[in-house]
Amino acid sequence: MSTTVAGLSSASRNKPGKRVLPGFALSLGVSLLFISLILILPITGLIVQTSGMSVAEYWAVISDERVVASYKVTLWAAAIASLFNGVVGLLLAWVLVRYEFWGKRIVDALMDLPFALPTAVAGITLAALFSEGGWYGEYLAALGLEVAFTPLGIVVAMAFTSLPFVVRTVQPVLEDLAPEDEEAAVSMGASDWTVFRRILFPSLWPALMTGIALSFTRSLGEFGAVIFIAGNMPYVSEITSLMIFIRLQEFDYAAASAIASVVLMASLVLLLAINLWQARYLRRLHGR
Amino acid sequence: MSRSKSTLRIGDQPWVKWGLITLALSVTILLLVIPLVLIFVEAFSEGAQTFWENLTDTYTLHAIGLTLFVAALTVPINLVFGVFLAWLVTRFEFPGRKVLITLIDIPFAVSPVVAGLLYLLLYGSNGWLGSWLMDQDVQLMFAWPGILLVTVFVTCPFVARELIPLMQQQGREEEEAGVVLGASGWKLFRKVTLPNIQWALLYGVILTNARAVGEFGAVSVVSGNIRGETNTLPLHVELLYQDYNAVGAFTSASLLAGIALLTLLVKGFVEWRQSRQRAPLSDQSDSR
Repeated sequence: MSTTVAGLSSASRNKPGKRVLPGFALSLGVSLLFISLILILPITGLIVQTSGMSVAEYWAVISDERVVASYKVTLWAAAIASLFNGVVGLLLAWVLVRYEFWGKRIVDALMDLPFALPTAVAGITLAALFSEGGWYGEYLAALGLEVAFTPLGIVVAMAFTSLPFVVRTVQPVLEDLAPEDEEAAVSMGASDWTVFRRILFPSLWPALMTGIALSFTRSLGEFGAVIFIAGNMPYVSEITSLMIFIRLQEFDYAAASAIASVVLMASLVLLLAINLWQARYLRRLHGR
Repeated sequence: MSRSKSTLRIGDQPWVKWGLITLALSVTILLLVIPLVLIFVEAFSEGAQTFWENLTDTYTLHAIGLTLFVAALTVPINLVFGVFLAWLVTRFEFPGRKVLITLIDIPFAVSPVVAGLLYLLLYGSNGWLGSWLMDQDVQLMFAWPGILLVTVFVTCPFVARELIPLMQQQGREEEEAGVVLGASGWKLFRKVTLPNIQWALLYGVILTNARAVGEFGAVSVVSGNIRGETNTLPLHVELLYQDYNAVGAFTSASLLAGIALLTLLVKGFVEWRQSRQRAPLSDQSDSR
């Protein structure tokens, strides 16, 4: 999504400073008012709240053993889920772009289901599927695999809710790939796998990486889908978002804010990294 | 864009092609179709009569009403803001323009629980704005205005994100011509800009609506979760599920899944219209 935004700077722009069109003051006013009220003010609230704590207090909250365990579970689960999405997303994008088959339009539309489906609905559905005696749980139990109410359940929920990111970032790039290099390589007798690895993959992997990174970011913050299937056992299957939620229910606003500030900073750094990475990659792609 | 059949592309041998298609279809069915089917099977597992009773339960009806009410307010608010913001950043040059475009991404990067917490800290009875509002006898948190606020927050990027890339690409020549011909601001927008962006606008509205109806994490932090008062449909799903009323939970879930399916349908239609309107542009595929 930011791909398109970052890439368009120079194409259609007049000389700076010349404002022919009306509505500058009005749209600036509305936008700034809205962004201040909706975005900046609440974030300031968090900073004010946490700045009331001493460094020692802050550190004690965010390095609490149970909280640290939740960071680890969240990071690991998000990493596995986004890598899984990288593989499956690439496969789905490839099949949707390269081949024609019956029902392709339906499959394409279904890709967005995890975004359209409310996370609480996804949560109870996955819990029902994977729990003991559920449609999947029954067979997985026979294999000795427990998914529901274990950290593996967290991975399943995160993978489900963030699957569209990889598909939807790789798909347009795959569509726009110029066929010349591929055709040349094939006509010279290179095998499919070699062509994919040496020619297609290098063009695809920035988009793939972006998709995986977006999927990872989303997984870190996922709450609704995860809490139903995770089992939420302290030290084992408790995610960081749940830790914030628990502290809030204990009316420990200071602790909740401290943990939230860690999560917020981590997600902002990730967002910034993805945007910078995309900008660099686009510049290289456009030879600027 | 229909691709001409070329033999010089990889992955076109029948066994590779059909192998990958089969794999992708299996993944789609296992990951997306079966969970969707399960929701409806569970909802109707005790017969249509029970389904109807669950659906017309007082609390369920209230949750449906509140959810639709919040969505009905969120969509126009973010529609107006999105159009103003997109107009501002695509039609004018000014310092801080890039920062503004980056800021708008924040709600996507922030975990929903953190989003809810931000608002609770600011407008809650302990918050610095909240305590002042309390003195004026205004309560935002644990009431519908709080739910509306966080819903506006988590959905505010959708419209702007759809419009900005498109309006950048279209450039401002047409509108400038309109100004030269003496059109007023409003007329310019209605006659020149709106016809060009109507499908993207609709797309943004659909995504905003889907998320507004389904938001769980942020809403559950600020709602107080009072049955029949501040319970939205996703929260109602959770409440019933925790009460071991799985059938009831899946009844409400099936309603939300129905809305999700409708979203995918309308989204598919809009994408099809967009691709017909602007055939050569192929990089309009983001969706979040």
